[in-house]
Order: sequence, then C-alpha cells, then structure tokens
Amino acid sequence: MNALLDRLMGRGNTTPSAKVAKERLQFVLVHDRLDLSPDKLEAMKDEILSVISKYVRIDRNNVDISIEQRQRDNWLVADIPLSPEDEEDADEAEADGKKSGK
Amino acid sequence: MTARVITITSGKGGVGKTTATANIAVGLALLGKKVIAIDADIGLRNLDVILGLENRIVYDLVDVVEGRCKLRQAMIKHKAFPELYLIPAAQTRDKTAVSPSDMLTITKKLRDDFDFILIDSPAGIERGFRNAIAAADDVLVVTNPEVSSVRDADRIIGLLEAEEKGPGRLIVNRIKMDMVRRGEMLSMDDVVDILAIKLIGVVPEDETVLTSSNRGEPAAGNEKSKAGQAFRNIARRLAGEEVPFMSLDHAEGVLQRLARLFSSSMPSTG
Ligand SMILES: Nc1ncnc2c1ncn2[C@@H]1O[C@H](COP(=O)(O)OP(=O)(O)OP(=O)(O)O)[C@@H](O)[C@H]1O
Ligand SMILES: [Mg+2]
Repeated sequence: MNALLDRLMGRGNTTPSAKVAKERLQFVLVHDRLDLSPDKLEAMKDEILSVISKYVRIDRNNVDISIEQRQRDNWLVADIPLSPEDEEDADEAEADGKKSGK
Repeated sequence: MTARVITITSGKGGVGKTTATANIAVGLALLGKKVIAIDADIGLRNLDVILGLENRIVYDLVDVVEGRCKLRQAMIKHKAFPELYLIPAAQTRDKTAVSPSDMLTITKKLRDDFDFILIDSPAGIERGFRNAIAAADDVLVVTNPEVSSVRDADRIIGLLEAEEKGPGRLIVNRIKMDMVRRGEMLSMDDVVDILAIKLIGVVPEDETVLTSSNRGEPAAGNEKSKAGQAFRNIARRLAGEEVPFMSLDHAEGVLQRLARLFSSSMPSTG
C-alpha cells in the first residue's frame, strides 16, 4: 500500500522511464544536430580552455561549457570563472587534490 | 481556388503517416473542402486501401508521369465523400520513377481545382521523401511518443529546414494517456520540448484506427472514434480554425483519477 501511495504521489525511487527517455533524447539530439560526437565535444572544450589559459588564469573546476538548445538553434554556452591572481598559490596547491570547494 | 499542398512525413516508418493522410483528407472533406490525396509511396501503395478505394484503381501516379494517361484519369473520386479524390501510387515501380520536378508539375496542375492537396510521404530521407516535399507549402511531421521515432523526426525537421520547407508542424500519434500519467510515456509537451516545433495535433492510441482500416473507412468519418476526432481537429486547424487541444480524460479509471489528484500539472490532448 505504501508503495502504491508512493507511486501515486510520484515518490517512487526509480525515475519514471519517460523522464529518462526525454533526457536521453535531448542528449543524443545535440550530437545528431551538430554532427559532433561527445568525445569530440570534450576535446574541443579542452582545447578552448588551454587557449584561454595562455592568457588568463581560470578556475578549471568550476568551468561549465555546454550546448544549449534555444528553440531549434544550438548555442555553445560557456561559463568560465577566472581566478584572481593573488589566490594563485592556494589554487595550485589544491589543483591536484580533489575539487576545490571554492 | 488555389490549393495548399501539405505533405505528411516522418522519417521513421510505421508511425502513422498514411493513417494521418487518409483521416485528415476525410476530415477536410467533411468540412466541405475539396481535397486530393496523393500517395507518394511508390512501390508500397497503401493509401488506397486505407481510404477503401483499392478496387477502383485504373491508372496511377507513375502512369501520369510517364504520359500513359491524363491526370484526370488517375484521379479517383470517393463515393462517400464526393469532395475527396485520390491519386494512387504505382505498386510495381520504385521511387526513381518519379522526380521532385514531376511532383511540382502535377501539383501545379491540380492547385486551381482544390483547396488542399495532401501528399503521403514514404518513410526515409531519400528520393521518395524528396519527391513528397518538393511541392509542399506545409509539412506535417508525424511521430510516436517513443525515442526512435522522435529522434528520426528531429532528423527530418533538420532536413526540412535545410530545404527551406521547415520546421513543419508536429502530430504526436498513438499516445496513451494512462502511460503518460504514470510517467512511463513521453507526453506531447515532452515531445514538443525536445523537437521545438509547433504542435498541430495529438492522436490517441485507438483500436478504431485498426477497425476502420479493416473496413477501408477512415476513423475521421466515425463520430465515436477518439482518434477520428483528433484527426478532424487537425483538419479544422489546417482549415484555419482555432481548436483547443481536447482532453482525453474521459477514458481514465478511478486509479488514474486518483493519481491525477496528486499530480501537479496534467497534460491534455487533442
Ligand atoms: N492512433 C493509432 N492508434 C492505433 N493504431 C494506429 C494509430 N495510428 C496508426 N496506427 C497503426 O499503425 C500502423 C502503421 O500506420 P501507417 O501505415 O499509417 O504508418 P506509416 O507511417 O504510413 O507507415 P509506412 O512508413 O510504412 O508508410 C497501422 O497498422 C495503423 O493501423
Ligand atoms: Mg505509409
């Protein structure tokens, strides 16, 4: 009965399959539309970041580069936080550990 | 009179293009519009049986293209709907027997005599699809609420945009509202979100589609058929009416109704 109630209220612990379908479709269509595989997209991001890093220091852990669908157009949207120079040492010390909490 | 040419296509096969073409054609005829449906699925002729006209075929589209008959002679008038005509596909030829420019020529000749010219496209993205969209003023993309047909619909929409025929309008066919309510089937809102094109109709999964095709009498002619009503609504929208998307809630049982009480936003269909 509890399980039924959970189902009725949408509290079940398994994600409804329609939601999974929607997310999978949105992911695959980005790559279909651009004819760009997930691997290539990752490679492109890395390259973009290394170019930017030549000029300014960036906070790599908090970078968000993604493809966003706006109606039927796709946009490459990048949020790239720049690290202030005086924190340079602290950041570098943390860089090889796990994600900095900053 | 100058007809609008409307092509019904999908990418993936078997999603309901022919069913939609036949039913929308009947829906438009019921509105008093003069309609001609052209079966562009050369080699896999089907629209004739769905419309119940299979015994009346003398000439077909390829006969017209190759000059074996006049256009008039290939047009079959429907007895139950005198405003409705069909030009059948050839059954023993392939898509290469017709070219996009043939389709332009034929539709050009028909435009003055009809309000609507509906073209039933074959599945796929090749020659048959190119033929079907060549003359289109409007394209309806049929999909089922299911991952592979939505993916293929997206590909078709991309091609339509590239050909400057797009993005088209969407028909979500074979939706099961009880599954949508349980979160186990993509809703029309989900499909519209994913494909980002305008919706022109939502058609429920409905046994009367099959029983109608058994008889060769499209469900749109059946007052009681839910799918028929959804197709008639699409016809009215094509004719320029504002028709609200109907709710298919009548069919729900007690459990679903209960579930609905708990659920925040309920999609409606039509
Ligand atoms: N709303 C519906 N409810 C129930 N059955 C349906 C519905 N729509 C279509 N069908 C069934 O689905 C099958 C395929 O339909 P249809 O032939 O119209 O698809 P199609 O897209 O034209 O196929 P093809 O790509 O082979 O031309 C048929 O058996 C039809 O009766
Ligand atoms: Mg078909």
